[in-house]
Amino acid sequence: MIKESESHMQSYGKLFSILLILLALTGFTVFISRVDLGSANIWVAILVASIKASFVLLYFMHLKYESFLIKSSFLATIGFLAILIGFMFWDIAFR
Amino acid sequence: MPGLIENLPTNSGDNKLENTISFYKTPSPARFTGIGAWLLTTDHKRIGLMYMAAIIFWFVVAIILGILIRTELMSVGTTLMEAETYNALFTLHGVIMIFFFVIPAIPAIFGNFLLPMQIGTDDVFFPKLNLLSWYLYMLGGVLAIFSLFADGPPDTGWTFYVPFSVSTHTNVGLTVTAAFILGMSSMLTGLNFITTLHRMRMKGMGWMQIPLFSWSLYATAWVQLLATPVLSITLLLIIFERLFGSGMFDPNKGGDPVLYQHLFWMYSHPAVYIMILPGMGVISEIIPVFSRKSIFGYKAIVLSSMAIAVAGSLVWAHHMFTSGMSDVAVFVFSFLTFVVAIPSAIKVFSWVSTMYRGSILMTPPLFLSLCFIYLFSIGGLTGLVLGAAGTNIQVHDTHFVVAHFHFVMFGGTGFAFFAALHFWWPKFFGRLYHFKTAYVAATLTTMGFMLHYIPMFVLGMQGMPRRYYDYLSQFETGNFFAGIGAYIMAAGIFLMFINLALSFKNGEKISQDPWGGSTLEWQSPCPPPLHNFVAPPTAPGYPYDFKAVIQKANEPKGTGGGPS
Repeated sequence: MIKESESHMQSYGKLFSILLILLALTGFTVFISRVDLGSANIWVAILVASIKASFVLLYFMHLKYESFLIKSSFLATIGFLAILIGFMFWDIAFR
Repeated sequence: MPGLIENLPTNSGDNKLENTISFYKTPSPARFTGIGAWLLTTDHKRIGLMYMAAIIFWFVVAIILGILIRTELMSVGTTLMEAETYNALFTLHGVIMIFFFVIPAIPAIFGNFLLPMQIGTDDVFFPKLNLLSWYLYMLGGVLAIFSLFADGPPDTGWTFYVPFSVSTHTNVGLTVTAAFILGMSSMLTGLNFITTLHRMRMKGMGWMQIPLFSWSLYATAWVQLLATPVLSITLLLIIFERLFGSGMFDPNKGGDPVLYQHLFWMYSHPAVYIMILPGMGVISEIIPVFSRKSIFGYKAIVLSSMAIAVAGSLVWAHHMFTSGMSDVAVFVFSFLTFVVAIPSAIKVFSWVSTMYRGSILMTPPLFLSLCFIYLFSIGGLTGLVLGAAGTNIQVHDTHFVVAHFHFVMFGGTGFAFFAALHFWWPKFFGRLYHFKTAYVAATLTTMGFMLHYIPMFVLGMQGMPRRYYDYLSQFETGNFFAGIGAYIMAAGIFLMFINLALSFKNGEKISQDPWGGSTLEWQSPCPPPLHNFVAPPTAPGYPYDFKAVIQKANEPKGTGGGPS
C-alpha cells in the first residue's frame, strides 16, 4: 500500500529553475516555428512539447519519486503517444 | 420455478452465507438513509447498480430511436418524418448507443460491481472518484437532453465530421460538450480500475490468478486512459473552430480536414475495443462455468486482451481509406487491421476449445454467449472485407458497414451485456428469473437481429449508402425486411427486460451461487454483504479450477444439491 507519511519537499530554487526551463523551451518552440525546416518542423515541436510535459510530470507532479513501475508506465504513455502521432505521419508525409 | 435448475451444484446448506445482511440493508456511509444512501454512496456495488438504471434507460431510448429510423426506411419516400428529423434521429441513436450504452455498459455496471469481488477486496481504490464518475455520466446525459431543445438536435452523425459539424447551425457544441464530459467519466473509471488491480488484489493473488473478466477490464482501462484524452481534445477543437474559427481543420487557413478524422478515429477505433474487450471478458467467465471445465488457453486469452488493446489502438485509419489519405498510410493501416484479427480469433478459438469435451449445461447465460460467439464471428470476418483496402473502396459508407459494426457492437457487446445480465443477475439481486421466457426472449432477439442486419449486408453490396433519408426503389424489399427484423428484435429485448424485472415479483429467491462458479465473487452470498465477503476469501491457485464444484455436484442429494 501507499506510504501515507512520505512527503517530497522540493526547494523553491529547484522549482523556479524548472519553470525557467519550461519558459525557455516555450520560447524555443516559438522561435523554431519561424524557421523553415520542412517536415522536421513538426517533429521538433513535438519533441520540445514532450520534454516540457516530462518536466511537469517528473517535478511538479512528483513522478520522479515514484517506483520504477509508475515511471515506466508514464514513459510508456509518452512513447505510445509518439507512436500514435508518428503513425499519423504515414499519411501526412507521403500524401 | 422449481425444476428448472435442479442439476446445478451450489454451495447451499452453508448457513453463514444464507444468514448474511446484504449491502441493500447496509448503507455506506452508514449515516445516509433512503435515496441519500444511493446518491451519496461510495459502495462500488450500489454505484454499479445506479449505472445500471441510467444505462438501461438510455439503451431503451436509443432502441426506440432506432425503431423510428428503420420504420422510416421501410418504404420509399416520406413514411414517418422529414429528412431533418431523420438526420437528428440517427445522430442521437449513434451518440446515445455509443457514449451512453455500449462504452460504459459492461465496465461501469459489471466492472464496478464485480472487479473488487473477483480480486477478493471490499471496494475500488478511489470510492469517491467512482461516485464522481457516475455524476459526470449523469451530467453528460442531462446536457445531451438539453441539446435536443436549444437550436435543434445535432445532425452530423455521431462522428461530428468537419467541415459539416463546424458549419451546421444545429446544437453541435452542447452535444460535443456532453461527449467530452462522458469521456472524463470513462477516464476516471479506467484510472480507478487500473489502480485497484495494482494495489487492492488480495494477498496471494498474482497476475496469473486474476479472473479473465478482471483482466479484460484492465486492458480496457488502459485504452480508456490513453485514448480518451485524444477525443476530448478533438471535441474541444470543434468547439474552438465553431466559436473562434481557429482554422485547425480549414484548408483556407492552413488546416487539414483529414486531420480531424485522424484525431477522431485515434480515439474512436480504440473505443471499439473499449466496447468489445469487457464483453469478451464476460464470455470468458461464462463458457468455463457451464462447460464445467477450465478455460482453454488462460494465458493466451490474457495476452490477446493486452495485444488487442495495443494493436487495436494502431488501426484507426482504416475508417478513412476513401478520405484522400496517402497510399502508404492505406497500406500500413490495412496491414495492421489484419494483424488485430489474430488475437480476436485466439479468443474465439479458446472459447470453442473450452466447450470441447466439456460437461455442458445449457442455461440462458450460456445460450446468449453462444449467440455472441456466432454473431461476433460474422462481425469480425466481415470486418476483414472492410479492412482490405480494395474491397473497402467498394462498400465504404454503405449499409454493409452499418451491418458489420452492428454485428460487432450489438451482436458482440450487446449480447455479452445480455449474457452478463443473466449470469450475474442472481448475484446482484438474489433472484432467479424464468428460464423458458429467457430462452424465448434470447431466440427472438437473435432471430430478429439476423433478419434486421443480414439484408443490410446485401443492400450494402448492392450499393445503398448509409445515413440516406431516401433511396432507389430497388432497395425497398431489403429495407422492408430489415424493418420487420427490427420489430422482432426489439420485442425480444423488451421481453428479456420484462422477464428480468418480473423476477423481483415471481423469481425464486436464492442466497448462494446458483451456477457453480469458481471465481471469488461466487464465494460470497447473493446479494453480497457490504464488505463483499462473510469470511476472508481464499485465493485459488488457478481461477478456473472446477474440481470442488464437480465434487459437490457428485455428492448425493441433500448434502449439496441445487436450490430448487
